[in-house]
Amino acid sequence: MQRIYIYKQFERFWHWTQAILVLFLAMTGFEVHDSIHLFGYENAVVYHRIAAWMLLGLIVFSIFWHVTTGEWRQYIPSFSKLSAQIRYYTIGMFKGEAHPTHKTARNKLNPLQAVTYLGFKLVMAPLIVVTGMVYMFYRTIDANDMVVVSEIPLAWIAWLHTFGAYLLMMFVVIHVYMTTTGSTPLSNIKAMLTGYEELEPVDENSIIKNKEAHEA
Amino acid sequence: MKKVILPAALLLVLLILAVHLFHRPELPNLSHLQLQQQFSVKPVASVDHTQFEQLQKAFATPQDVTEACIDCHNERHKEVMASSHWNWERISYVEGRGIERMGKQNVINNFCIGTSSNEQSCAKCHIGFGMSNNLFDFNNARNVDCMVCHDHSEAYIKGTSAAGYPDRSVNLSQVAQSVGRPGNINCGACHFSGGGGNNVKHGDLEMALLEADRSVDVHMAANGINMTCVDCHEAENHKMKGTLYSVSSTHVNRLQCSDCHSTTPHNDRMLDVHTGKIACQTCHIPEYAKVNATKMAWRWSEAGHLKDGEPYSVMDSMGREVYLSIKGSFEWASNVKPEYVWFNGHATHYILGDEVDTIPLQVNRLLGAANDRDSKIYPVKVHRGDQIYDPNTKMLIQPKLWSDAKGDSAFWQDLDWHEAATAGMLEVGLPYSGEYEFIPTEMYWPVNHMVSPKAESLSCAECHTRDNGRLAGLTDFYLPGRDRHAGIDILGKLMIFGALIGVMIHAMARFIMAIRNKEIESEDINY
Repeated sequence: MQRIYIYKQFERFWHWTQAILVLFLAMTGFEVHDSIHLFGYENAVVYHRIAAWMLLGLIVFSIFWHVTTGEWRQYIPSFSKLSAQIRYYTIGMFKGEAHPTHKTARNKLNPLQAVTYLGFKLVMAPLIVVTGMVYMFYRTIDANDMVVVSEIPLAWIAWLHTFGAYLLMMFVVIHVYMTTTGSTPLSNIKAMLTGYEELEPVDENSIIKNKEAHEA
Repeated sequence: MKKVILPAALLLVLLILAVHLFHRPELPNLSHLQLQQQFSVKPVASVDHTQFEQLQKAFATPQDVTEACIDCHNERHKEVMASSHWNWERISYVEGRGIERMGKQNVINNFCIGTSSNEQSCAKCHIGFGMSNNLFDFNNARNVDCMVCHDHSEAYIKGTSAAGYPDRSVNLSQVAQSVGRPGNINCGACHFSGGGGNNVKHGDLEMALLEADRSVDVHMAANGINMTCVDCHEAENHKMKGTLYSVSSTHVNRLQCSDCHSTTPHNDRMLDVHTGKIACQTCHIPEYAKVNATKMAWRWSEAGHLKDGEPYSVMDSMGREVYLSIKGSFEWASNVKPEYVWFNGHATHYILGDEVDTIPLQVNRLLGAANDRDSKIYPVKVHRGDQIYDPNTKMLIQPKLWSDAKGDSAFWQDLDWHEAATAGMLEVGLPYSGEYEFIPTEMYWPVNHMVSPKAESLSCAECHTRDNGRLAGLTDFYLPGRDRHAGIDILGKLMIFGALIGVMIHAMARFIMAIRNKEIESEDINY
């Protein structure tokens, strides 16, 4: 085992800020949906909007970071070991088998994670962001020269946005649970907090080579 | 060291950012302050009518006073005679009807029904003299009553059932010398007591406004800005600004809150965008009839009962008339929460002779819908009751109610519906089959006055709430917080609880397997 720096400073900042914002947005959002009562309807609406803008800002930064650092490649799904990964979570881990993939700084997501996070970034986040923006600028009026988005029924926008919220909550539940499947139940969370994780030393070059060879 | 300073600095920046974003001190509302300043300065009369020789004499008839007025104000009578206060009708284009003459002369209300055949009594609130029947000459300027609106002596009152003439006790000379800009009591003499008593009709216009405090009406409050009716209802050249859809029908000459307050008065974008779909009154008049009760129902069908062979009346514990043999039974209410409707500024009315097409009949119908971009949600007082109706002609009946003597077919004298219907319909020139019954009727009164202080206006959650919100009755649009669609919450719960249960089963399985595996391992170690 070796202590390896795997999550960069920005990555950790981004991850935890996003986590807080998503949970805060869920609390305020479900209050707007009148499922819970925490801040009062008026405050919930205002806070939800502020937090939404903060999340949008964070998303812009994170996209910039992913693009400029090339970290976006982490999310390219490799399907070769996907079934092995699924087999591990459903059967293998109960038998005490080892992880079928190795976590390294340059390949820190297992195939299942890569697919899930890609789905998060390409489906869930856009769904909730786009419907949220339309919701935010939804005006059925022209009295105040506001943007008019009256062609799409608000009921549909609200349905999709709420659906997105439920998807995200489901993701949070599974995501938090999956953090316990590391070498110890808390090792993954510790790594996301400190950046360092105890990992099997692996020759990264060989893995990358293998991966490239396989994809070719 | 760097490890501590950097996150601490970041945290501090975030904290400052959060304080900046979440703490919103109230900014001064400059346009509001400007309005307060504007209406703090009260108009001062530019002339003193006591000084005019023409008025320093005894007047034999009220018409003589009018002539004295016209002597100087020699064009004003024409303006007055063009107004609906005088004509009791206006010509307008009404949706679904075309060009129509409509007004108190031919529309039906849900209280004393209509003026036709009852002019002698109803004309107490006509700005003219001598409207004793339907032959009133609307072109005779001598009959314009200037005093009823302009009297400042507070001594002018119209006589009861006197065809619009002043009471005989009135000192016309005193009144004529007192005239000036109409005060609240001038407007209120009629508009507070329509329907036969204080606050009977409107619900938001009543005597209490003469000395209201701010919780009753922020505009007219004696301890507030103390505005008068005509401060808003400007009447340049006797064209009164403002319409009420109990008799009006078109979106012209309307008086809107936004005329002074603009459509973005809140210093808060979230509230301002509401003004596109929500009328100001909806949030700012949480209830009407705040001081004295208003009539909510009037059932003519119960009129005519006798006790010991005599007409009688019944009072409730609050001293309010709830039954009167000549009128039927009433319901009263105070501090009433309005009902809410979509309204685009156009209304249609039941006009004498129309065929009744729905039961209950809406004697006036406020037009509008959620998907109509000109519609906003307005608060209304809905007055419900029943009225006499001819089942064969399918028309409402205009009964003759008033007469000064028995045996003249008037219901209020003889309590005979058949006679009253025959006489009334004869006068308006409409058929009456000889059969009558009573059908339920509704009348819609937009609530515009009794604006509450800011702190008492509706909170968001009074509408944005799942059950029993203020707008529970308006179901033709999606209202966040109230509505949810197509099982989204069931689906969502399935997703979340499905995930939770799945995760728990998985965890359990791991736990059990770990124990088993450990047992094997421990045996290995023991070995």
